[in-house]
Amino acid sequence: MRPFSYLEPETLDEALALLAEDVEDTHVMAGGTSLVILMKQDLVRPARVIGLRKLAQLRAIDAQDGLRLGALATHASLARSAAVWQYAGALAATFAAVATVRIREQATLGGNLVHADPAQDPPVTLLALDAVAVAMSTARARRIPLEELFVDIFETSLDHDELLLRVELPPLPAGARATYLKFLPNTLDDYATVSVAAVVATGADGTCGHARIALGGVAPIPLRAREAERWLVGRRLDDAAIKEAATLAAAATDPLPDLRGSAEYKRAMAAVWTERALHAVA
Amino acid sequence: MSQHRIRFTLNGALREATVSAERLLVDLLREDLALTGTKDGCSVGVCGLCTVQVDGAPMSACLLLATQIDGAAVRTVEGLASGGDLSPLQEAFIGEGGFQCGICTSGQLMAADAFLRDHPDFSDGEVTEAMLGNLCRCTGYYGIRRAIVKARRS
Repeated sequence: MRPFSYLEPETLDEALALLAEDVEDTHVMAGGTSLVILMKQDLVRPARVIGLRKLAQLRAIDAQDGLRLGALATHASLARSAAVWQYAGALAATFAAVATVRIREQATLGGNLVHADPAQDPPVTLLALDAVAVAMSTARARRIPLEELFVDIFETSLDHDELLLRVELPPLPAGARATYLKFLPNTLDDYATVSVAAVVATGADGTCGHARIALGGVAPIPLRAREAERWLVGRRLDDAAIKEAATLAAAATDPLPDLRGSAEYKRAMAAVWTERALHAVA
Repeated sequence: MSQHRIRFTLNGALREATVSAERLLVDLLREDLALTGTKDGCSVGVCGLCTVQVDGAPMSACLLLATQIDGAAVRTVEGLASGGDLSPLQEAFIGEGGFQCGICTSGQLMAADAFLRDHPDFSDGEVTEAMLGNLCRCTGYYGIRRAIVKARRS
């Protein structure tokens, strides 16, 4: 690993001031599981690394107006959190499905989102739960719908001086059911070939009043399948409606071929796993 | 490029060290402190050879900067035995043939030790899930599982 300068701010203000200096090749480090690998492999060569570990307030998990998840909460703490379980078991299960126990203990929610790896698990379920990212710089604070955070593979819409503080999830519609399914044909600690999160709520007459479908691993960014969602609203979630929604969701994908399959295969699997996810919550 | 004074406990004893920013925990342990029980395998957090416990949680020493353990309690395989007595888990690995070549054993032990502490009444599925990130290329998984089950009983 190339030498770099390591800075460990004690307060949020201090961290934001360091970022505002706009020193070229500054990287922010939360848990470090991704950044350390990128540095070891010489893929990023920071002159300065700003470590956030002393900003304890960013670890908080609160059931406030829905759910607020601090950017420095680890995957393991989120998977264990009673507040997360109470909000949506599928969200806790999503954090529990990431990599291995060692990674979950070290890696953080904020690091995960800012890394913007399209094969990751948490962004998919968070998209389906209408998550909003809250970011701050010395100049401004802003709320970014999660869908607008992801720009391209490993690229977000955050400015160089902005720090991701937390993710906010609005209260779920009454009776909403959620699931996250991860297609793992190789090993359990692998990235998903395709992953799907689905959240639906149905009215007393059995018709769907709320539908969210999000997919991972099938495009340069995690996707919302909006056409499929619109198709479901107002319909009964029967086999035919679900099948059509799955077809629409697959059509929204833009998979990159890699060792987990060709683009065609991943698109076909997106339909299969969307159908399974919708059956699980119908 | 920058140097840092860190203080932490290592297997219960207070330690201090001066490290450069890019020093990895696995290198601090093996090279600076001569604790070579922790192995460096894949170096990308996948194989589990370098599993240590940081404040009780299993982590990859190859993915942690030494600066990140400032103020923490670190436990390595050298901390499992007390005095000359091996821990029940270590005895179970010997009794059940929980290793073959041995390169993965210290990581397996540290992962299993953390798992047993957090899951005193575990199911088969839980032990599989907890240990899936610790690879054994001799494929000694059945022996490792038997050892963990035996250690639960002891």
